[in-house]
Amino acid sequence: MKTEDLKNNTEYKYGFTTDVENIRSPKGLSEETIKFISNIKKEPKWMLEWRLKAFNRLKVLKEPDWQKPKYPKIDYQDLYYYSAPKGASEKPKSLDDIDPKILETYKKLGIPLVEQKRLNGIAVDAVFDSVSVATTFKDELTKKGIIFCSISEAIQKHPDLVKKYLGSVIPLSDHYFATLNSAVFTDGSFVYIPPNTKCPMELSTYFRINASETGQFERTLIIADKGSYVSYLEGCTAPMRDENQLHAANVELVALDDAEIKYSTVQNWYPGDEKGVGGIYNFVTKRGACRGKNSKISWTQVETGSAITWKYPSCILQGDNSVGEFYSIAITNNFQKADTGTKMIHLGKNTKSKIISKGISAGNADNMYRGLVEIKNKATNSRNYTQCDSLLMGNKCGAHTIPYIKNNNASSTIEHEATTTKINEEQLYYCNQRGLDQEEAVSLIVNGFCKEVLQQLPMEFAVEAQKLVAISLEGSVG
Amino acid sequence: MLNIKNLEATIDNKHILKGLNLDIKPGEVHAIMGPNGSGKSTLANVLSGKNGYEIKGEIKYNGDSLKELSTEKRAQKGIFLAFQYPLEIPGVNTNTFLRTSLNSVRKAQGEKELDTLTFLKLIKEKASELGIDEKFLSRQLNVGFSGGEKKKNEILQMKLLQPKLSILDETDSGLDIDALRIVADGVNSYKNKENAFLIITHYQRLLDYIKPDFVHVLSNGKIIKTGNADLGVQLEKTGYSNIV
Repeated sequence: MKTEDLKNNTEYKYGFTTDVENIRSPKGLSEETIKFISNIKKEPKWMLEWRLKAFNRLKVLKEPDWQKPKYPKIDYQDLYYYSAPKGASEKPKSLDDIDPKILETYKKLGIPLVEQKRLNGIAVDAVFDSVSVATTFKDELTKKGIIFCSISEAIQKHPDLVKKYLGSVIPLSDHYFATLNSAVFTDGSFVYIPPNTKCPMELSTYFRINASETGQFERTLIIADKGSYVSYLEGCTAPMRDENQLHAANVELVALDDAEIKYSTVQNWYPGDEKGVGGIYNFVTKRGACRGKNSKISWTQVETGSAITWKYPSCILQGDNSVGEFYSIAITNNFQKADTGTKMIHLGKNTKSKIISKGISAGNADNMYRGLVEIKNKATNSRNYTQCDSLLMGNKCGAHTIPYIKNNNASSTIEHEATTTKINEEQLYYCNQRGLDQEEAVSLIVNGFCKEVLQQLPMEFAVEAQKLVAISLEGSVG
Repeated sequence: MLNIKNLEATIDNKHILKGLNLDIKPGEVHAIMGPNGSGKSTLANVLSGKNGYEIKGEIKYNGDSLKELSTEKRAQKGIFLAFQYPLEIPGVNTNTFLRTSLNSVRKAQGEKELDTLTFLKLIKEKASELGIDEKFLSRQLNVGFSGGEKKKNEILQMKLLQPKLSILDETDSGLDIDALRIVADGVNSYKNKENAFLIITHYQRLLDYIKPDFVHVLSNGKIIKTGNADLGVQLEKTGYSNIV
């Protein structure tokens, strides 16, 4: 990354808004709002009932407050739960039906949706506020029996799959934000890979928040049937605003016998300004079930945006010999806060999990790794390896590591390694002496620190992620 | 090329250089010898622009004052320091580091940056001149390198970046006789009329291979004696105590 590119990127370059006319639900959280959402999506009755069940459950749940980053109370009655560009609720049949302004938005974000300019070998589902506006490469995928569409479409066209798997990993009544999502979720992606099929391209969803005073409640469900493989990536951006906006997603993954799901996230929601005003509250529940034997789920996340990131992408290792992995880079700068990590629940025999977490904290930011490794009594010969490294830049930031470890099986082993280091002045001096300026030096050292995680990302995104790492830390040394 | 007048340097309230004078012309090799704590490494750090020193006096490089220039600007202008203890940077491939470094310097000097293929060709050539195995270039920078490998890597970087003024800070320390010869050959093959060397060392043995034009004895922050190559040989026999 060259200095000039860096300079051009100093501002959050995805901070623009698109001026489109919106259709909104009534303000506030109510049965009326939920019915509005279900109705506008033309959902079957069972789906509405499911939502209302969640809503009833929500009434008795309390918002958790055990997390490290505290935030002012969210007024759930002062939010819009559905906002979509006019006309988009009827999903456009072809790209010609999409508002050119929205196409232009995705083009600006580097995600061209028009046929000729599509990203090579990557199918994209584009979610704009509360609706999916386009899904590319659908025909090619359909030929292989792969279903890749918005969750709204799946509810209508593939109800059996949705009924069977929705809520099967994150139950309706799981916890406050997950239950809130179950009641009001608007859009997200649905993926089904049939048995013995290797998905021929990367699947990805690009989430964009555009409207103000609106929460985004993404719902994604990925099912890898026996012996199948899929690699999926999500990216996220939002406009720069002084208000905090809530993104509360539920992502469920199911891997059956011998199936593998690789799920990567590059999260670059608006982080707020350098004084900590504005930014997204990224409160997300991500959970994968390795339901079949020899199945594997691998989470990779690069978390650079959001005012607060609060999530623990987890694996439930039910099938014998199943494998769970979690690779994470969490970067917090200025007044950003992160409380993130994973949960690895070992139920089956010979299950393995690996956790590699790299936390980088700069400015006045606070970065927490919190994780649970639990080996249940029937999970004989299971293993976990955890490595948590923290890198501090400057004197005002914080790094914390809280690993919870429960081992109920004497034949199983858990290893945990953790380090905390400050960015080394001598290393910077060495780089400077070789002609690298301060930003280049920081970028090089930090990318080196994150390497084990970056190399897990699909090639197409690794370069972008490296740049993002450098940009996120801009001005943090100096 | 380099003109130092009355240079004083203080760090953490310790007055280390106390009025040092030195002139280096293109094509010259200067050796600085002296006992521990005399200020040899401080001189290297001050010339390369390391932070934290309070500086008085004058340092001119090709007629311009160096004092206001950052470390990277000095590097880009052709000042190279071979570190006494080269730093390890985990996760960073040696090739990547060298290419980033070379391109930063080239860019600053108004030259075209090298693409990966051209770079790889160049670096392989330079590495083989120093008898460095190619595999070494794809390892993480200095991580797990032996003392000798780290020093050879410094000389490789010098030959790659083609500086005008090369400062070698105790590059000979910790080297066995074979590595010492490789390092010396590297320096000798790079030496020409245009560039100059400032070699900081404790011992004469490196000077057996790299013949200096001048030998200076640094003691208590000042150069107290200057001579030709014979002075180094004499010091080896009699020690510093006779002059200091």
